[in-house]
Amino acid sequence: MAAKVITVTSGKGGVGKSTTTANLGIALARMGKKVVMIDADIGLRNLDVIMGLENRIVYDLVDVVEGRSKLRQAMIKHKQFPDLYLIPAAQTRDKTAVSPADMIQICNKLRDDFDFIIIDSPAGIERGFRNAVAPADRVLIVTNPEVSAVRDADRVIGLLEAENKGPGQLILNRLKPAMVKRGEMLSPSDVTDLLGLEIIGIVPEDDLVIPASNSGVPVTLNDSSRAGIAFNNIARRLCGETVPLMKLDEPESFFKRLVRLFSGN
Amino acid sequence: MANFFDRMLGRQPKEGSGSMARDRLQLVLVHDRINLPPERLRELKEELLAVIARYVPVDGSTVDITLVQPDRNSSKIVAEIPFGKGAIQLEGGLHDYTEDDDLEDDPHTPAREVEDDETDPL
Repeated sequence: MAAKVITVTSGKGGVGKSTTTANLGIALARMGKKVVMIDADIGLRNLDVIMGLENRIVYDLVDVVEGRSKLRQAMIKHKQFPDLYLIPAAQTRDKTAVSPADMIQICNKLRDDFDFIIIDSPAGIERGFRNAVAPADRVLIVTNPEVSAVRDADRVIGLLEAENKGPGQLILNRLKPAMVKRGEMLSPSDVTDLLGLEIIGIVPEDDLVIPASNSGVPVTLNDSSRAGIAFNNIARRLCGETVPLMKLDEPESFFKRLVRLFSGN
Repeated sequence: MANFFDRMLGRQPKEGSGSMARDRLQLVLVHDRINLPPERLRELKEELLAVIARYVPVDGSTVDITLVQPDRNSSKIVAEIPFGKGAIQLEGGLHDYTEDDDLEDDPHTPAREVEDDETDPL
């Protein structure tokens, strides 16, 4: 087995990197893949709470790098999926505690035992970003249909090309199809045209995402969530399956039509 | 591909703030990618014109200098700088063009295009 290292990055913060990482990890594990996720956002640990694993941390990434723990000791096994692990970020240190060479070394140690290594990059384009990207075989750039997120994504795409890590693939997160339809939001084609990158997945805005984070059970485990389905589809595409992009423009429900009728929109 | 997405979303070509976002980003990204903000480009244009004007009269009102970026890795400055009226006296510095029939037949200002390829912008 030779794991594929996938780094999830974005430039801008708050676009859904950790949510994407968590959901892709779960979705891939659910497909029977052996997966390890690495939270590379040192100082701002997040992936553990989204995964519901925050109470099980003993050692972290920096402990491994500085030799206080063995790699295996820092790997937290998921309760429901025994082939899914998380290596948490350190909370009390900063990005300089880890180097790009450390990340390459850690991934190389893991490669033989896993199908996928998913690295959650911090926001920004500094050291933390370089750490996260250094071992990547494939980079996923998460963006939102919004001017600031797209601009930052473009910057990241340029940096990836300069590092010979391009071309990445785009995940367009938090799309609101109704707004696109009204012409009030950048469409997926606008975003691909502007950034010149292929889209590997479009994730619709979904009110189920926040409750999922609240409870530490990623939304992709909720089969009625449209965002969850979108993440599952991305995971299948990462495994080489051809999955058509889901139809985002669902017919309006009777209830919604009723509400619209009475609110006069 | 683009149309496919639009059809998938049932998007009608309507003018909302979405197209404003697209147009603004188009401009911003071009300048970002070569690290030349619009105001610096304006200065560049002025200097370029001043240099050319030292050799030939330039018709400043019809000058067009723009950044063109068909894709991320090929940016160029395309400049269309028509000579001013004084340039077609067919004497002095422009003697090279005296054998050019088109130039002699055409009483108007000939336009010259200067392309400056920028292969490695950063």
